[in-house]
Formats: sequence, C-alpha cells, structure tokens
Amino acid sequence: MRTPLTVKLFAGLGPRGWLAVAAIAFTAWVLVPMAHLMLPEGHPLHVSTYAITLIGKILCYAVVAVAMDLIWGFGGILSLGHGLFFALGGYSFGMYLMRQIGREGSYQSDLPDFMVFLDWKELPWYWTGSDHFLWALFLAIAVPGVVAWIFGYFAFRSRIKGVYFSIITQAMTYAAMLFFFRNETGFGGNNGFTDFKRILGYSITAPETRLVLFGLSVALLLAVIILGKVLIASKFGKVLTAIRDSENRVMFIGYNPVHYKLFIWTLSAMLCGLAGALYVPQVGIINPSEMSVANSIEIAIWVAVGGRGTLIGPVLGAGIVNLSKTWFTTSFPEYWLFFLGLLFILVTLYLPQGVVGLWAKIKARRAEKAAIAASRADPAPRAPVSESKIPNGTAAKGA
Amino acid sequence: MKRLLLLISLLLCVGRASAALDPVVMQGLASDDFDGKQAAVAALAAAGDDADAQRLLKALSEDAVAVAGGRLVIVAGEQLLDPASGAPIKPAPASPESISLNNSLRQQVDGALAAVRLLSTDRGERLTAARALLADMGEGAALLPLFDKALAREQDGEIKPFLVQLAAQAALGSPDVARRLQAVRDLAGSGSPAVKALLLPLLDPANEPEEKLRLEAGTAIKAIDARLAWSDTAGQIFTGISLGSILLLAALGLAITYGVMGVINMAHGELLMVGAYSAYTMQALFRAKFPEFVDYYLLAAVPVAFFVAAAVGMLMERTVIRHLYGRPLETLLATWGLSLVLIQAARLLFGAQNVEVANPVWMSGGVQLAENLSLPWNRLIIVAFSGFVLLLVWLMMNKTRLGMFVRAVTQNRPMAGCVGVPTARIDTLAFGIGSGIAGLGGVALSQIANVGPDMGQGYIVDSFMVVVLGGVGQLAGAVWAALGLGVVTKFLEGWAGAVIAKILVLVFIIIFIQKRPQGLFALKGRFVD
Amino acid sequence: MRVESSISRNAPADGQQEHWDGAANTGHVLKPGELDLSHGVMLYLDDITVSFDGFRALNKLSLQIDTGELRCIIGPNGAGKTTMMDVITGKTRPDSGKAFFGQTIDLTRLTEPQIAHAGIGRKFQKPTIFENHSVFENLELALKTDKRVKKSLFARLFGDDLDKIADTLRQIRLADQADRPAGLLSHGQKQWLEIGMLLVQDPKLLLLDEPVAGMTDDETERTAELFVSLKGKHSLMVVEHDMAFVEALGGKVTVLCEGSVLAEGDLATVQADPRVIEVYLGR
Repeated sequence: MRTPLTVKLFAGLGPRGWLAVAAIAFTAWVLVPMAHLMLPEGHPLHVSTYAITLIGKILCYAVVAVAMDLIWGFGGILSLGHGLFFALGGYSFGMYLMRQIGREGSYQSDLPDFMVFLDWKELPWYWTGSDHFLWALFLAIAVPGVVAWIFGYFAFRSRIKGVYFSIITQAMTYAAMLFFFRNETGFGGNNGFTDFKRILGYSITAPETRLVLFGLSVALLLAVIILGKVLIASKFGKVLTAIRDSENRVMFIGYNPVHYKLFIWTLSAMLCGLAGALYVPQVGIINPSEMSVANSIEIAIWVAVGGRGTLIGPVLGAGIVNLSKTWFTTSFPEYWLFFLGLLFILVTLYLPQGVVGLWAKIKARRAEKAAIAASRADPAPRAPVSESKIPNGTAAKGA
Repeated sequence: MKRLLLLISLLLCVGRASAALDPVVMQGLASDDFDGKQAAVAALAAAGDDADAQRLLKALSEDAVAVAGGRLVIVAGEQLLDPASGAPIKPAPASPESISLNNSLRQQVDGALAAVRLLSTDRGERLTAARALLADMGEGAALLPLFDKALAREQDGEIKPFLVQLAAQAALGSPDVARRLQAVRDLAGSGSPAVKALLLPLLDPANEPEEKLRLEAGTAIKAIDARLAWSDTAGQIFTGISLGSILLLAALGLAITYGVMGVINMAHGELLMVGAYSAYTMQALFRAKFPEFVDYYLLAAVPVAFFVAAAVGMLMERTVIRHLYGRPLETLLATWGLSLVLIQAARLLFGAQNVEVANPVWMSGGVQLAENLSLPWNRLIIVAFSGFVLLLVWLMMNKTRLGMFVRAVTQNRPMAGCVGVPTARIDTLAFGIGSGIAGLGGVALSQIANVGPDMGQGYIVDSFMVVVLGGVGQLAGAVWAALGLGVVTKFLEGWAGAVIAKILVLVFIIIFIQKRPQGLFALKGRFVD
Repeated sequence: MRVESSISRNAPADGQQEHWDGAANTGHVLKPGELDLSHGVMLYLDDITVSFDGFRALNKLSLQIDTGELRCIIGPNGAGKTTMMDVITGKTRPDSGKAFFGQTIDLTRLTEPQIAHAGIGRKFQKPTIFENHSVFENLELALKTDKRVKKSLFARLFGDDLDKIADTLRQIRLADQADRPAGLLSHGQKQWLEIGMLLVQDPKLLLLDEPVAGMTDDETERTAELFVSLKGKHSLMVVEHDMAFVEALGGKVTVLCEGSVLAEGDLATVQADPRVIEVYLGR
C-alpha cells in the first residue's frame, strides 16, 4: 500500500499476469497477422477475414462487458443503458467514416447519401468537424461521457438506486432509440450509417486495415482490464465496493457516494463509447437497433455468465455468449432465443458467480479433497479449506 | 326503395285535386339549356308538397322523364303519363326521348327530393331528410322557399334546429341583406367545419359587399372555431383516455406483481402477448366450431386469457421467480430470459408474423358526438373494460381475504407466516392474479393493436413508467398516472408528432422522478435499510 | 415496500463545495468546517418536529449535549430515538425546529457525508460494516482523511495512519483478525468493529444506537469501559435498553416518550420519576 502507483501496477498484475499480457499482445500483433497474410487460405492455421472480424467484434463487446462490470459487479449498479453509450460512440465515429466516403456514395455528393435523399443542402451543425479523425474519436468518448454524466448526476443525487435506476436507464435508452430512428435527427434514421469506404485514407476492407483494427481492439481490451485492475486495487475501488455493500455506512463515514458513482458511471460510459468507435469500422454498420432495450440487457448477461466482480469474467462471458450466438444463428436460428433465455434464467438461478465462480468452486473443492486425503495420510491436523475466499451473492445488493 | 316510395306517393296522389303544373316549368325542363332546367327544378322544389311536383321530381331522379311529341311525359313502363295530372296519355305519342341531366342537376334533383320530404307528415322521414341534407351540404339557395315553408310548419324541437341551419345556409345567397344577416347569425351556432367553409368567402368584399355582414361573418367564424376547438380538444382527451386505459390495463397487473409484491417482471409484456394470443385462439376455435356465435368469441376469450396468462405466471413464479425474492436485479435478468423464451415459443406456435384478430360486429362503428367528434365503440368498450378490471383488482386487494393475505405477506413476511398465512402459496396466487390481469389487458390490446410475438416488448417500458410514476404499491397512483400519461401523450402527439411526444414523455418521467422519487402518491415513512 | 426503500428521500447533494465552506458563511472567524464549541455545547436540538403521514415521530423535541458529555437516551419502542438520530445525521429532514452542531453548523442543511465530515459519527442498531472487506480495510475506509474521489484514486497509507489503525485494532481487540473478511466476525465483534470505525473517524460526537445488543456480558462490560474512557475527549450519545449498561456508563439520562423529552437527570432520579415509571420502567 505504501508503494508508488507504478510499482503497484506491476504488482497488481503479478509476473504471470504480465506474461499473459505480453503473450496476448504478441499473438494479436504478430502471430495473427502472419497467419492471416502469409498462410494460404486452405492452410489449417490460416486465420480468415471472417474470423478476424468476428473476434474483433467480440473483443469490442468484451470491452463493453468489462465497463459494465465496473459499474455493476463492483458498484452494484445495473445499467440497462450501456447499449446507448456503445452506440453513441459508434455513431460519433461513424460520422467520420461517413465523411470519408467522400463523393463515392450513390449520389456522388459531398453530403452523406441519406442527407441527399432527404434533400438536405448542407450538413447540420453537429456534423461540424466530423471529417477530422481526432475530433470524431474525441466525440466518441466525450458524447457518451457527457450524456452519462448529466443523466447520472440527476439520478444519483436523487438517490435513485437498484431496480429503479435500471428501469430509468432503460427508458433513457428507449427514448434515444426512438430519437435516432427519426430521419430528421440527421443520423440516417432506420438505416443508420453503412457502406464505409475508408479510414484515415486507407481502404476499410483491406486486410492490413482489418488487422490494425483487430490489434487495436486487443490493445484496448488489455488496457481496460489493466485500468480496471488498478482502479479496483486503489482506495477508490474499495470505496466503490463498500458503496455496493452498504451505501449508508459509506455516507456516514463521510464519503459522498454520488461522486463515486458518478465517476465510475461516466468512466464506464466513455469506455463503452471507445469500444463502439472501434466496433463500427470492423462491422461496417451502425443503426438504432444497437440501442434496443434487448441489446443493453444482453450486455448484463455477458457479465453474469462470465462472473461479476471479476475482470476476466466479463471477457469470458462476452466470448461465450457471442460465439454461441454466432453458432446458433447460423445452425439453429429458431433456438437461439430459447438458449439465450435459458442462459439468463439458469445463470441467475444456479451460477450467480458465473463461469469464474464455478471454476473457483471446483478448485476449492479439489483443494479440500486433497487436504482430506493428505490428512488421512498424515495424522497431523490441518486447517480445512472451508472458508472460500469468494465473496458470495452480495454483488447486486441493489435495493 | 325509391320505386316503393314512388308507388306510395302515386297512390297518395289518387283522388287528390292536383294543381296543374306551371307550363313554363315544363317548358324549361324540355329545353336543351341546363340553366333553364335548373330553374325548372328549383321551381318544382319550391312547389314543395304539391303531389304533381313531387311526382315529376321523382321521375326526374329516375331518368323517367322524356320529351315525346313536343311535350313533357313521364315514362312508366309501357305507359306515358302526363306530368301535370299523372294520368296516362292516350294515345301515347311516339318515340319518347329522355331528357339529359348533368351531375349538378342530378344533385339538385336529389336535394329537392330530400327537401320535399322535409314536409312529410312522418316525423322520422323529416328527421332523416334534414340530416341527409345537412350532411350533403350543398348551398341549396334554390331550396330556400321550401326550407322556409318547412320551418314555418315544423313543430318538432329536434328537427327545427336542423331546418334553421338549412334555411340559413340557403339564405346566404339571398339578395335580401337582412335575410343574409339573419342567416349568418343563425349559422354562428353551428360547430361544423363545412359551415365554416361556407362562411369564409363572405369575409371577402368581392363576394359580400355589405361591411356589416362581413363583420358578422367574422364573428360567426370565430364562434364556430371555438366550438371546433372544443370538440377537437374533447376528441384528444378521449383518445388520450383511451390510450391511458390501455396503459392502465397493461400496468394493472404490474401494479400487483411489481407494485405490491416487489417482483420486477420483465416478462410482463409477454403475458399481455399470451392474453392476445388466447383471444386469437378463441377466435379460431369459434370460427371452426361455432361459426354462428363467432361474434361472441371475445366474451369467451376474457376468462380464457385470464386463466392461461395466470397459469403461465404461476408457472414462472414456481420455477424461477420464487428463488429470487429479495434480489431484484437478478429477478430482472431472469424474467427477461423468461420473456425471450415466451417470445420464441409464440413464434414457433403461431408463426413470426402478426396474426389477425377481428373486431366483433358489436364493437365496430361508433357514437357521433359532434360533426368532427366520433367515439369508436371498440375504444369505448376498452375504457369501460379497464374500469371493470380496475374495480375487480381493487375489490380483490381490499375486500377479500386473499387481498389481505397478499398485503400482509408483502408488509411482513415472517410475521404473516407466523400467524398462519401460507406465504408461499399466497405469493404464487398473487403473481398468478397479476399475470391474469395482464392477460385481460392482452385481450383488450388484440382489438386495437397488432398481435404478434413481439407485441409485449413495446409495452414493458410504458407499463413500468406508469407504475413508477404512480408510486409503487399505489393503485390510485397507477390509475392517475396511466390516464395522465395517455392524455399528455396524445396532446404532445398533436403538437410535436408521435416519436417526439414519446421521447418528451419519457424525459418528463425521468425529470419527474428526480423531483419525486416515490411517485405521485408516495407513502412517506421511516425507511429501514 | 421492498422496492420503495430502494429510493430514499430527495436530498440536495451539492457536493463537496458547500461542504468545505459549510460554516464559513455564518460570519464567525473559523476555518471552514471547524466546529465552534465556545459555549460548551456540542449538540443543540430545539423544537424538532418530524411527522410521517400524520404520525408524529418527534414532537417538539429539545435536547442539548455538552462538550465531552456522555448521555444515555432511553425510552420505549417508538419513542423517536432512531428518528432523532436520523435528524442529527441528516437522514431525515425535520418539518420544523433547529438542529445545531456546536454554535454554527446547521445540521438541517447538510447531507449525511457533510455531517460525518463535520464530526458526527453514527453506529447503527444493526451493525453495518463492509462484510466483503477485511477488518483492516473497514478501518482504512473509515479513517479520517480527505474523502473526495480524486484523492481516493491515488490514496496511499502512511505511517501515522497505519499506527492509528493498529492502535484502534488493539483497542477493539481485533488485532489478530485484521485480514479476515469482516463478514466472518461474530455479532459482538462486528459491533466492536463498527465502534472502531467510529473511532478512527475521530468524531467530536458519537451517536451509538444499541451498541451492546448481542454482546456477551464480558463484552458489554468492556464496551462500557471503552465508552467511559472516551468521555471528555468526545461527546457520546448512547441509546440503550440495557439498564445495567446505562448504569455502568454513569452520566446523565434522557427519557424520550412519544417524540419528546419526558425526563432528564441521573439514572436514579429518572427511575424515581413517576411519569417515567408509568410509561417505561414500570411495565
């Protein structure tokens, strides 16, 4: 605790953690590009464009899941509005991608096609500067951040908590979706943004561009996990989990929970926005359905499946759920909703700590068995490993 | 029908001394000039209840008037009749040639025929005629003398105002200034957009030279506008209440499961869907088995929907929700999962497309309250139905043992258990009732909205807003919130369009909850946490 | 009701700004937030009324606690003891009346964290500690320090703080449990931990709601010793039903009944008061 922050950062991950980070970075930046570019298509180790896009997409989802976990798993606040923040980031960056199309749209106009279609003569004021990459990137972080801050400020100071908060965030997302569905809003209405051509002048479909975007997604996810680790290990993280467990006590020892919640809420929204900005060029489309109520709740299930209150859990969860989704929707499209629905039910009922919790439980049981076996062999008494270190079901003590 | 009337009037004419029709009129009809024909028809109409004139008008409307041998005749089968007397002409002149009528003339003839019926001795016929003439809304200046005559004769208080209006409309074209002035004043009492359209040209000096009249017309238009605005507002309030009653039906079940029991059920919208599909199934069953009673399938659908939705709800409670009491966020997620399963089940059972649920005959049509205000029966019945369901819920919660148990369990579960309330069973029952009420809401929805697997999703946010706005655990709050939201939404829709209205309402609720987190009807108290 | 409690009263939370200059706008030459004890009065409640839907939980309650005093509050259930603490700590706003901390700090205008920072610590009837945190972390969180977000992001513990936590751990006899999750402590130990959290907060005034409920006789005795030792350095307000404990504490006793003060004085005087016997002790 008395060590400087940088040292703590290293200590927080541990040597094995850093080794893992290095290995992942090496795979993403060296092995995958080599497998994609150098190996021929039929080769068993060849990584296809499809796979890169799919994994890149899931990595963005994983960032959202970690952001969601920061606010839900550690802060105890279940947001049903993270789909909105993600989409806002996507739209902000999508504006830039739309401008990069230039005159190559179907109408050969300087304006995006949908504006020509609506017979608009010039860009609306909020599109100012959208042709600058950095401005768009800034917007992708700032817009979700500002929206979240304003919303959170009013919600938290009114002490809206638990399910109430969830429902209000859901209403917010729903209202935003309706707003973006309108053509007059100036974001392409139903169809949203699509048909992107270039990013920073490079073709968006070129394998090299895709690899860079993929590598950036890996880097973002690693950065977000490390940031999360640092935050959770800091005193801020302790106060945050304390608020989750007993907000009253926190207030009566002199912390203002409003500020703590607002900080993590806004940070979480900004991370979502960044993920959205990386998601759109990889997937090639953004439309208002990203803001649907269902999407935001699905984010929660990624976190729940993986295990809330851990940082690796959400990543696993986002991967498991989205890979299953890909598999189901291609093989058994009519059973996907059944599977997803049952996942929601079974995880909340039987797997409150998610996959990570399950693994920890199995490990603990094995250790216990080993201890029993050892004590049989060795008559000297040993402390039984009964006290599991896993904090139990208090993660979502909302109301 | 017309033929029958003709026959009757012909019979009536027999034995009556029939005044000879003016030969000039006859000549006018026979002429090739449409103006001449118009004047002739006007003269016929002015003759009013003269049997001969009526006969001729009717013949005109049936294209049975012809010129034969230089004179006007009425063609009646093989015979040719003398228009003046109605007697067959013998010997019949050869080669009758039908006189041609253009559209405006035809209208004039029909108007004149209707106007003539204003003088009928049968009250019902007079009323029908007056209504038909008003709805038709021709200027009818030519019929003025007839209207005056009818007005002078009319004693019936219900018909008289119609006649006043008809006469006034006709008098707008009168050359007599005083008469025109009186007409404008009389019309000021109307509430019809069509009358306003008649008065509007009078504001222009080109059409109306008298300044006094122009001013009067202005006043009259203002008066009509005010009345129109009123019925417009009334119409909006009604559609608002109608929307509110639907919100209420959607939210009432939630007021029990969420408001009273504290269970956050995201599958509530899907219970509405279950109710709507129950109605659909009953409709299909009636069509197949009891086609003669198909109009009453809805009556059977009400209890069926209640029990089916209740059964689904109780199953949900037993298998999933029960294990999550006191963990609202987990309940939210698990019930969302339930909703997905229900949606997919509906898709597999009934197909992904919307299904058609028809309004029974007795629910179509509506009540006309004003010229521009009509209340459709299906909406009226749904408003009444939601009132009925509300009453049931209130009685159930406040007057029955079950309601008392539910309140006891939700207030103090261990204590209720100690005094012998079977808490687990009460939970299941209460949840079942809340779900059943959602099913009832679904039946009502099936009558006005699309029925499809996804239909419930659109209502979940709205119904939660109603419960949150009304204050949790407050039936009265839910009622006021639902009606208020309905009316406000409809007014905003008129002002800003549907999507913006919806957004504004959501924003309003979010702001409202900042100010009053406990909702409209909050219980203040010592919070224990 | 479960859901209703998830939202509590709408309180202005204008943030730390007001907090840091809370007392400055009253005209005294004090450092911002400093407590003015110039007249020897720690807490001053005057004519406080709180009603919930017509039910008067507090009815023109007036009470004064002096600097360094140990005051016991007794009274039957529903007498308004917890509501009074809610008013003092900012959880409930009174409908009318004044609540001053020292001479200058108007408690009715501050939020809970601001009041905690001004120097009032509260122990709840049911021990509320952070069950997922270790005993050490519980104390670390409660420690008197800058509690803003910015500071907490980069906060580290230094020698003084560690010493203070170590002292407190000894004082509440949990030194050997420091690294255990607080949720695993016994009920009595949790009570002690909560008291410890108050102590590291270093408040001027401690509000203690039934601090010895669920403790063994031995623990109760030690708690009484601890409180008596705190007297003088801190002001204490102890709500308790256990008469032996009240007796052990000594000091002045206030009897609350139906939301107002029924009697005040030392325990013997109060116990002899016929009105008190009637409503409370005599039953």
